Amino acid sequence: MITLNVNGKQLQADVDADTPILWVLRDALGMTGTKFGCGMALCGACTVHLDGAPIRSCSTPVSAAAGKKITTIESMSTSRVGKAVQAAWIKHDVPQCGYCQSGQIMSAVALLASNTKPTDHDIDAAMSGNVCRCGTYNQIRAAIMDAAATLSA
Amino acid sequence: MKTAFKPSRRDFLKTSGLVIGFTLPAASRLAQAATAAEFKPNAYLRVGADDRVTVVVGLSEMGQGVHTAIPQLVAEELDADWTRVRVEQAPVDQAFKNPIFGIQATGGSTSVNGNWEPMRKAGAAAREMLIAAAAQTWQVDAAECRTEKGAVVHKSGKKLSYGKLVTAAAKQPVPKEPKLKDASQFKIIGQGLRRLDTPQKVNGSGKYGMDVRLPGMLTAVLAQPPVPGGKAVSVDDSRAKQVKGVRQVIQIPQGVAVLADGYWQAKKGRDALQIQWDKGANAGLSSDGVTKMLTEATQQEGKVARNEGNVGSASGAKTLDAVYEAPYLAHACMEPMNATAWVKKDGIEIWAGTQSQGPNQGILSHVAAVDPQQVKVNTMLLGGGFGRRFAPDFTIAATLLSKMSGKPVKLVYSREDDMRGYFYRPASVTRFTGALDASGAPVSFTARVASPSIMEASGFMKLPPNGVDEFGVEGTKDLPYDIPNLRVEYSRQEPGVQVWFWRSVGHSQNSFFSESFIDELANAAGKDPFEFRRALLGKQPRYKGVLEMAAEKAGWGKPLPQGVHRGIAVVQSFGSYVAEVAEVSVDQDGRPKVHRVVAALDCGEVVNPQIVKRQCESAIVYGLTAALYGKITFKDGQVEQSNFHDYPMLRMNEMPKVEVYIVPSKEHATGMGEPGLPPLAPAVTAAIFKATGKRIRKLPIDPETLKA
Repeated sequence: MITLNVNGKQLQADVDADTPILWVLRDALGMTGTKFGCGMALCGACTVHLDGAPIRSCSTPVSAAAGKKITTIESMSTSRVGKAVQAAWIKHDVPQCGYCQSGQIMSAVALLASNTKPTDHDIDAAMSGNVCRCGTYNQIRAAIMDAAATLSA
Repeated sequence: MKTAFKPSRRDFLKTSGLVIGFTLPAASRLAQAATAAEFKPNAYLRVGADDRVTVVVGLSEMGQGVHTAIPQLVAEELDADWTRVRVEQAPVDQAFKNPIFGIQATGGSTSVNGNWEPMRKAGAAAREMLIAAAAQTWQVDAAECRTEKGAVVHKSGKKLSYGKLVTAAAKQPVPKEPKLKDASQFKIIGQGLRRLDTPQKVNGSGKYGMDVRLPGMLTAVLAQPPVPGGKAVSVDDSRAKQVKGVRQVIQIPQGVAVLADGYWQAKKGRDALQIQWDKGANAGLSSDGVTKMLTEATQQEGKVARNEGNVGSASGAKTLDAVYEAPYLAHACMEPMNATAWVKKDGIEIWAGTQSQGPNQGILSHVAAVDPQQVKVNTMLLGGGFGRRFAPDFTIAATLLSKMSGKPVKLVYSREDDMRGYFYRPASVTRFTGALDASGAPVSFTARVASPSIMEASGFMKLPPNGVDEFGVEGTKDLPYDIPNLRVEYSRQEPGVQVWFWRSVGHSQNSFFSESFIDELANAAGKDPFEFRRALLGKQPRYKGVLEMAAEKAGWGKPLPQGVHRGIAVVQSFGSYVAEVAEVSVDQDGRPKVHRVVAALDCGEVVNPQIVKRQCESAIVYGLTAALYGKITFKDGQVEQSNFHDYPMLRMNEMPKVEVYIVPSKEHATGMGEPGLPPLAPAVTAAIFKATGKRIRKLPIDPETLKA
């Protein structure tokens, strides 16, 4: 039995230590907002925060989360930055199929938490690990800029 | 280990044509009498006593916006208050058959095209019943009543919201031919309204097939044959069964499945299987062999797809020959293929992101030996479709595994399983011959296409008697230019790989071939490629309209920054017309960078211009990804690519600026899920030709060939 801090709650899961955080969240804890895309940290669909930093949960074993805080898409409405990003995503009507968007939002929130005035280059650097097969990149960029403006207002 | 003695996947697909004609449950069941709290005039909408309007959509939402566009059609004629409209996914039912396909399925950019009138009629019928109900309540003439924003209003000023009329409205006769609005009266159609599915897609609550969880469910991961048509001849599952959480190992025609408590355990178990495969007839399959087979076929005369004038008699002042090639492509939906099936005593229930509810109902009834009406299909959100989710491979396999294990089973393809799971866009080669007269006008155009047949691969179509696969030649056969002698031939070649529909289907490669060769002819004629096309489109106003608008908006002919060049292309697909201008530079290492794409489109009447523009932009990205990176190759029978490191996707840092313009049109509404894709590759490679003088005749673009 492993104890995890997920979105501020202490949760227990009966999993092997090598199980990726993604599958602990999805299969053991029933939190399906974090998505499986590639299993090799190549697409970013599974992005969550570990102590505030964005990580690819498909390739991070749950043992790496011991004593650390995992934050997922399910808790974004309770954080100031998360709320601003979600509002911008809705305002710009960003998602199409939507499958990658949990990961996109988690990467965007991590960017804006440390950089409230990102340049295009900053956005490229922070977001190029997240693939969107529907091609919503220009809308994502606009929404990040918009959320940044809200947060620094 | 259990083993299923079942026909192969190909056999299922081949027989699926038989079941499509089966009687499906009658629509009337859904048009039930209203309860006190609801008015349900037909299968497509309900009005609640709380004024809420629920539009029930039988089409699959895969990002194309159909769960917003269809409600807009209904809400417009209902005169609904859009803020009270919500959408609900329909079950599988005859009422929801796609009017163009005749069976419930989503694809071919048909949704808006086919439902433009039926869904408006559904809303209009309800509106007339609500007016009749109000007139009866007030004891006035219905002609004295009108509707606005979810309410019936009498000329005296009396007003009742739809919610207050639900009981009375349910008692009114359903009008057979309700009157539809004139387009000038539209308030909801034509508006760039926000999508109804956005909120659930920004907070993680939207449920995709991958997110299905059932009590007692096992997760299955499949070891697929490494070569198309391969078979497992011996399986040692002793190590797999030692993996904690692994419950069963089951062999089915599709491969060997490990069933476990969760994905990670199932995948570990799958990876621990020791299987000896008989690679079968395709053990020697290679991409070089495919290229050779297709190229050689274009040296022979093929089946005639189109023949005008006499290409043999036409002699020009200048002739051109070129051979073009495109590879197999995977769809690479962000959500890998998956399905959850539960075979129970009294029928089957499946949960899947599928584009083909109707075909699945028939096919799965065969798999589980039940009646079609005992197959319940729960359509989940689709994490991308692009045609891939029209295929039933994953629902068939999940159903077999549930049947054999006795449990609800969620089958999940890993990214590698998905990438190597076939159902590819066909590889294709086309050989062109063209001739120009002394003035530089084209007098002759011949295209010989060689490719596998999607019609035959589909399982529900057959090659027609003329031997020409319509998907094999679309994009070349329908060349719109005024050329007096024109011949298109098709040669079916089958290297042995399961091919399938891929976003924009035949146009995805043929429009690249044909539009590029037109660009070659323009260059040989010494003419501007925009003016060259324009002069040949005198009888094609819609092509010409988008071509001219794209050129104008892009500033065709105006100076560009140093090193940046333009290319242009125009294509009609699925009834929609799109022209694109790409601005491209090529660096010292031969790597192209696309700076900006300007698109102009004509898809007839527009339901939601924002969704239309976004779909065009989406198709541009999909097409650009394919042009720059997309290829599935074979060596020793095996697919060489496996994940996003060797099948790369366009990313944020490579994303061009995209501008999309809509040509105002009163033509019948047509779809935009696919038509933005075909002009992209030829526009980009025409710009590369301008930049480098090198003609790209093979996709994906190889920077090695473009080095300075």
